Amino acid sequence: MNEEIIEIDTDLSDESEKDSKVAVQTTDLSVYFDERAAIKNINIKLRKNRVSAIIGPSGCGKSTFLRSLNLMHDMTPKAKVFGEILIHGENISEFNSVDIRKKVGMVFQKPNPFPTMSIYDNVVAGLKLNGMTKKVLLDEIVEKNLIHAGLWNEAKDRLKSPAVSLSGGQQQRLCIARTIAVNPEIILMDEPTSALDPISTAKIEELIYNFKSEYTIVIVTHNMQQAARVSDQTAFFYLGKLIEFSKTRRMFTNPKETLTEEYITGKFG
Amino acid sequence: MTAESIQKIPKNLRRRKITNSVMISLCVVAGIITILPLIYIFFYTTQSGLSALNADFFTQLPKPVGEVGGGMANAIVGSIILIGIGGLMGIPVGILAGIYISEYSKNIFATIVKFTTDVLSGVPSIVVGIFAYGVIVIPMQRFSALAGGFALGILMIPTVTKITEEMLRLVPQSLREASLALGVSRWKTTLRIVLKTASAGIITGVLLAIARAAGETAPLLFTAFGNSFWQTNIDGPMAALPLQIFVYAISPYDDWHRQAWAGAFVLIFLVFIVNLIVRFVTRNKYSGNL
Repeated sequence: MNEEIIEIDTDLSDESEKDSKVAVQTTDLSVYFDERAAIKNINIKLRKNRVSAIIGPSGCGKSTFLRSLNLMHDMTPKAKVFGEILIHGENISEFNSVDIRKKVGMVFQKPNPFPTMSIYDNVVAGLKLNGMTKKVLLDEIVEKNLIHAGLWNEAKDRLKSPAVSLSGGQQQRLCIARTIAVNPEIILMDEPTSALDPISTAKIEELIYNFKSEYTIVIVTHNMQQAARVSDQTAFFYLGKLIEFSKTRRMFTNPKETLTEEYITGKFG
Repeated sequence: MTAESIQKIPKNLRRRKITNSVMISLCVVAGIITILPLIYIFFYTTQSGLSALNADFFTQLPKPVGEVGGGMANAIVGSIILIGIGGLMGIPVGILAGIYISEYSKNIFATIVKFTTDVLSGVPSIVVGIFAYGVIVIPMQRFSALAGGFALGILMIPTVTKITEEMLRLVPQSLREASLALGVSRWKTTLRIVLKTASAGIITGVLLAIARAAGETAPLLFTAFGNSFWQTNIDGPMAALPLQIFVYAISPYDDWHRQAWAGAFVLIFLVFIVNLIVRFVTRNKYSGNL
């Protein structure tokens, strides 16, 4: 409660951050599992059409924070969420969780395509399950999103094959295609490359970079090089608290907090 | 290394190898004991039943004592109707209860449901028959296929509930989250993703329940009661294969004994066919990974 909203500092910026809008803003966001606080009083503003990385050691609340943004904690009876989350200025607690999740998509750590569905059906799963059945339209959406996720060339001849017949990296790109097929505004990524090999990782990072113009991306990562490579702004979490939030370049060259410096130089974590 | 120390190793090794082969042999013997009864039942019923099996068996009614021939057409049809009634009642209730325990539980009521299911699966089938007698036969004042099907349905519920719950629990949490994260509602996620992913296992459980119910005799004794004549009205007493087999097997007539064997053969065969058909109809090239 005593902390101010940590806003990205603009003194080092070579582009005006003030021009870009705020996509996600949290006020005193805390999440408790039973009586234990996983994150405490997080105040942060994430800018629109930027990639925001969230770093920190295991158990620091990175994923907990991410999952609160699309109301995933609703599914866990033990979890209690306090505070306010504004998405494009609107308080998400005033909306149906189903509608929020259509706007705020999520890509998970382990590729999780639906095993009972083909590649084609996986891409349009979100649309089909919500009642879209027009085949011409679906065909178009499948092609567009697979191209967008960089999987079209590998998958176009086997759209009807089971999704699980793809490799791990391909499955993850399929999951990305599935996520963007529902037209989200924000994409949450929970360590999307930690189960992948370096080449697949590079492909996903390229996607993230290309997605910036259309989506706001929040990515949790264990890999600091990845954060440095893909993100515009980086938040450092430690023991459930937001320690520092600034431009990625500044964070990795001249961090304000000693804790941040110790973490990014590998002294702990 | 001295000669002595080299010899010591094989000594210990030999003991371990012997222990190993003894344990493996015990497992193999247990495995053989498990499959023997089934093979024996299968061959014996086939052998004894085939001789009495002819077109009449499937098309004729039972003949009075003393007349050779006749069949069990009414009992075959009766069994199918009884299982149909039981299935219509037991399968949906079982699956929905399984979904409730697995997907929507975490409260005291779900724990009670789960515990009750376990207890119900242990209740002797004849007791379920008496229960059906009490709640349906007595108020209606007559034996009926409805009461028999009701008893079979109750027997199916715990099997179907249990297997549904277990199969749903095998579905990774990440699939539920993937679906929810796409903005799919909870019940659609359960129905179209979770249930579908687990469908192969659930179908196996349902088949098991059907096979069990098809062979039940005790709960039908004072519900469906049995009938020597054509009866397709579910409001009246109806013949059933296990009942007919029971009556024929304890009779003193050789011809009836042969028919009982044929009945047993048909019963096993019907269960087998139901298995095949359901597997064929519900086959899915993407499933089978659970």
